[in-house]
Amino acid sequence: MNRIQKALGQNKKLLSLYFTAGYPAINDTMSILTQLQDSGVDMVEIGLPFSDPLADGPTIQASSTAALHNGMTTALLFEQLKDVRETIHIPLILMGYFNPMLQYGVEKFCAKCQEIGIDGIIMPDLPLAEYEADYKAIFEKHGLINVFLITPQTSDERIQQIDAASDGFIYMVSSASTTGAQSGFSNSTSDYFERIASMHLKSEQIVGFGISNEETFKAATKHQKGAIIGSAFIKHITENGTNSVAEFVKTIR
Amino acid sequence: MKETSIDSRLRGNENESYQANERGYYGDFGGAFIPEMLYPNVEELRSQYIQIMQEPSFQEEFKQLLKDYVGRPTPLYYAARFSKKYGTKIYLKREDLCHTGAHKVNNTIGQILMAKRLGKNRIIAETGAGQHGVATATVCALMGLECIVYMGAIDIERQAPNVARMKMLSATVRPAMSGSRTLKDATNEAIRDWINNPVDTHYIIGSVVGPHPYPDMVARFQSVISEETKKQLLEKEGRENPDYVVACVGGGSNAAGLYYHYLDEPEVGIIAVEAAGKGIDSGESAATSALGREGIIHGSKTLLMQTEDGQITEPYSISAGLDYPGVGPMHAHLFRSGRGEFISVNDADAMTAGLELSKLEGIIPAIETSHALAIFETRKFKKDDVVVINLSGRGDKDLNTFIEYFNL
Repeated sequence: MNRIQKALGQNKKLLSLYFTAGYPAINDTMSILTQLQDSGVDMVEIGLPFSDPLADGPTIQASSTAALHNGMTTALLFEQLKDVRETIHIPLILMGYFNPMLQYGVEKFCAKCQEIGIDGIIMPDLPLAEYEADYKAIFEKHGLINVFLITPQTSDERIQQIDAASDGFIYMVSSASTTGAQSGFSNSTSDYFERIASMHLKSEQIVGFGISNEETFKAATKHQKGAIIGSAFIKHITENGTNSVAEFVKTIR
Repeated sequence: MKETSIDSRLRGNENESYQANERGYYGDFGGAFIPEMLYPNVEELRSQYIQIMQEPSFQEEFKQLLKDYVGRPTPLYYAARFSKKYGTKIYLKREDLCHTGAHKVNNTIGQILMAKRLGKNRIIAETGAGQHGVATATVCALMGLECIVYMGAIDIERQAPNVARMKMLSATVRPAMSGSRTLKDATNEAIRDWINNPVDTHYIIGSVVGPHPYPDMVARFQSVISEETKKQLLEKEGRENPDYVVACVGGGSNAAGLYYHYLDEPEVGIIAVEAAGKGIDSGESAATSALGREGIIHGSKTLLMQTEDGQITEPYSISAGLDYPGVGPMHAHLFRSGRGEFISVNDADAMTAGLELSKLEGIIPAIETSHALAIFETRKFKKDDVVVINLSGRGDKDLNTFIEYFNL
């Protein structure tokens, strides 16, 4: 069983954090991962920076630009992670955009992920149809779980299709927005959380976008299995330095 | 200037269509690589665009506006002195005479009618030099719809007159502050706006780029160019098909319009002219076919300029309308299949050709268009060849560049 599936089987709400590899400094990756695990975080999304991150707001854009400026590449990230499983045991998901993966070679990329011990992939701009037609077999061969997104605008029919195609969790985008755009949840967001919960999908859902503190974490995990924090965490380490990871996690739960 | 070595008589596979298939693919290129947040918007458009475009009331309104508002049909003009100089028969398709000064308005008229039928009341667009922004602001003023144009902060500084035009037309111009702060970043910002406003907003993309159905939809709106060319050439030459159609390619919308009805006519040679900037190997170029590799930009699989690691790089051309790091998927397929002949022209040769057309024909072309005019110095044609060039825009917007370049 994949580490993601194991984590989803635990009887607790999951806290997952996103950070951009190569930010703030090029060699921060292992230090941030270690601190996240030591702080009790349940899962991590490691962001592979891209020059044109369409789904991201200003905070993650800026961290990606800085990471690329620092010299981060796909090959370098794999090199930094080569011994990650000697010390890190929580599920690791690579999150990025499809073009760098395509240039590295999808087969080679997936093989490398398997070798390192990466459990899943989130590629927002690799849609369901393209994935199923051309890449599903490769992901599965290397034991990688692909995570799909849904939004408040996603139709029930499509949610069912995405649920059927998911082996791990569904990434529930909390509102129609890019990352880091919202400062709290509205009534319609709560309705959306309830609506999806009442669909009784086979896949657990983890909420992302708009979670920044204890209050929003609790709201997001009332009906769903867990929540992902990205922009708020990046802001925190930008302002407080990379040794302040535990301090941030404590403010969430 | 560089010329591809393919035999111009070998024009692809006769059984193959060069139009988009149902999934929006031109050969290996196209598709819709979009985040799920955009799926409902793009799917709504994809599932309805052909049906809406084929409605008689849509066709009637579109044609009426093209005639009465844009000023179509644009003339097909036989450039006698220019032809004489280069020893072949050169016709200019005068898109520069369209309202707002370029072909861009054909697409924005079509898309604003599409937006209205989809019930959208807020329009967003990206722009580089400002031509598409002006064309979008124009049709929004015409229809009384809210208009927000994203423009790179650097381009806002460089293209002040077009920024002022958009403001006069009551559009809001928002600076794109991310990345290199030019066209590619303005496009990113427009896409982000659409993600944040998924219900009431239509995104008017300015070229044959972006996720399916945009490349095909924009090409269909621009196809009026070749539709008219066929009729006009029949009157003038007694045949619908020229020997060659020539257009400059940035994203490629004016080219797609001129090629459209000739794509599957193998006797018509297709010539695409890209901007080599300071030279293909100078590191400052926008010649995507020569420098690009297959990848994904703005939701489309196409040829694009990128690093080995897959990061999209910043192109350069003296013409702001050609410095896009990708190319529409139709053109990527024309290149890879050999159906199209791709030539790149550097800044200096383009500027010289623009000045030359001004002197020989009394027509001051846009610098984008000037690239297409420059091929005759090296690409030779037979005396009785009929060559149609898309004179895609007028040079008024480029006067400052011409003044500085030639010390006028």
